[in-house]
Amino acid sequence: MMPDIQELVCIVCPLGCRMTVSGFSGDAASIAVEGNGCARGADYAVREATAPTRTVPSTVGIRGAALPRLPVKTARPVPKGAIMACMRVIRGVSVDAPVAMGAVIVEDLAGTGVQLVATRSMLAAE
Amino acid sequence: MNEYDVIVIGGGPAGLAAAIECKKSGADRVLVLERDRELGGILQQCIHNGFGLQIFKTELTGPEYAERFITELRSLGIEYRLGTMVMSLGADRVVKTMSPTDGLCTLSAKAVVLAMGCRERPRGALAIPGTRPAGVFTAGTAQRYMNMEGYRVGKDVVILGSGDIGLIMARRLTLEGARVHAVAELMPYSNGLTRNIVQCLDDYGVPLLLSHTVTGIRGRDRVEAVVISRVDENRRPVPGTERVYDCDTLLLSVGLIPENELSRKAGIEIDPRTNGPMVNESMETSVPGVFACGNVVHVHDLVDYVTEEARRAGRFAARYATGKSFADGNVVKTAAAGGVSYVVAQSLRESNLDEKIELFLRVKNVYRNAKFVVTADGSPIKTFNKKIATPGEMQHLTFDSALIKGRSFRKLTVEVE
Repeated sequence: MMPDIQELVCIVCPLGCRMTVSGFSGDAASIAVEGNGCARGADYAVREATAPTRTVPSTVGIRGAALPRLPVKTARPVPKGAIMACMRVIRGVSVDAPVAMGAVIVEDLAGTGVQLVATRSMLAAE
Repeated sequence: MNEYDVIVIGGGPAGLAAAIECKKSGADRVLVLERDRELGGILQQCIHNGFGLQIFKTELTGPEYAERFITELRSLGIEYRLGTMVMSLGADRVVKTMSPTDGLCTLSAKAVVLAMGCRERPRGALAIPGTRPAGVFTAGTAQRYMNMEGYRVGKDVVILGSGDIGLIMARRLTLEGARVHAVAELMPYSNGLTRNIVQCLDDYGVPLLLSHTVTGIRGRDRVEAVVISRVDENRRPVPGTERVYDCDTLLLSVGLIPENELSRKAGIEIDPRTNGPMVNESMETSVPGVFACGNVVHVHDLVDYVTEEARRAGRFAARYATGKSFADGNVVKTAAAGGVSYVVAQSLRESNLDEKIELFLRVKNVYRNAKFVVTADGSPIKTFNKKIATPGEMQHLTFDSALIKGRSFRKLTVEVE
């Protein structure tokens, strides 16, 4: 059982605001957040208390580019519990150059309904 | 053809932002020199998210952050040379370069921006006892192998040092199926950002062993085990606390060193506290017309702040290159005292100050309810309160220039209590 009041470090941005969340184990409406530097932080605290999510950055194979790996990320954060399932899919993916930044690599990643997108452009090697 | 308004040395985040700002500030011929095969620097291997919240108000990965700047650089028609190593920076801003395509070239510029970044502290700097097997990497090298070159670095990993790259790699390796046994940190606190401890270690149950260090490496051809011991308050290993971790890989995330061989050879004054050039309010070094920004000046923990600093350097480099005069007048020196390890900029030319002064600094220890006091010639002029200040997180203090302008102060001291 989670304690009712919890100290939380915000991971939305690298500033790492130290937040106090009360009503942690309750429903979203009853959660009070203090110490957040921005609205995003408050959203994160509520999400973390109810349904924690993470953006998953990784790489997939790429053929015909100057480098063998293409960096990718989930277009939106996925549920924390789905991270390993996402990684199992990502590990099997390989694409062909050229690829543009933002290109969709996987449409629905491991049933999360979230796209996997390229995070850089890679030209075909000369 | 080889004469430029501004030459920027280094095509990473600092160099890109400086070059773009130079061009926008009226410098016509700007050239970026980069030794790698592409622009972007270290950002290209930092595939994790968390970049850009200050500058772009959105969360980007390293490559995305880089690509935005590279696209802008190209659209502004800024010239750049890849695979090009700067061999020397001489008097009158003559730059000698070497590349496989052009050989040795001599270039010159009205202003130069140093943006060479930093390097990782290697095993040799630590004197860890034991054998010399394969499998010992600096965390950033492992990051490049894994994220760009497609090598699997190891299956059973121990990480020494809780710098951000080490923490990020702990998560990355775990996600790729490796087992990260522990992160050992010599100090009683982590040098990494707190958010990285939360989302890279806590999320995956990787233990952070504070006040611990590696006291042995075993294995002949490949790492077979690493010995970790607890250390006392003087950072000496405590006999009897040794624990052996069977593993095939040891990553070192034990600090970054600004890369200033070029600066030193050019006779630029180096601050022994930052290991970077001493700079003034315009990010100009002790050699007139030579500016510096980013990790070559002091190690930053957020790229967004590198960008801000680089824009300032670019703006003033363009101003120097286009012959606009810099006002003389009173120079205020800055200094770190009690609990503060360094202050950047090291000097402020009063008449060149913008409306706000922004000082960057780091603290030596963890301070809760920290109170920063800025003192001018012995009298406090401004205080700042922070809930927590740790050595891993760069502090910046911003205050009105009016507090010092026209008052002919000699020295500005920053301390923490």
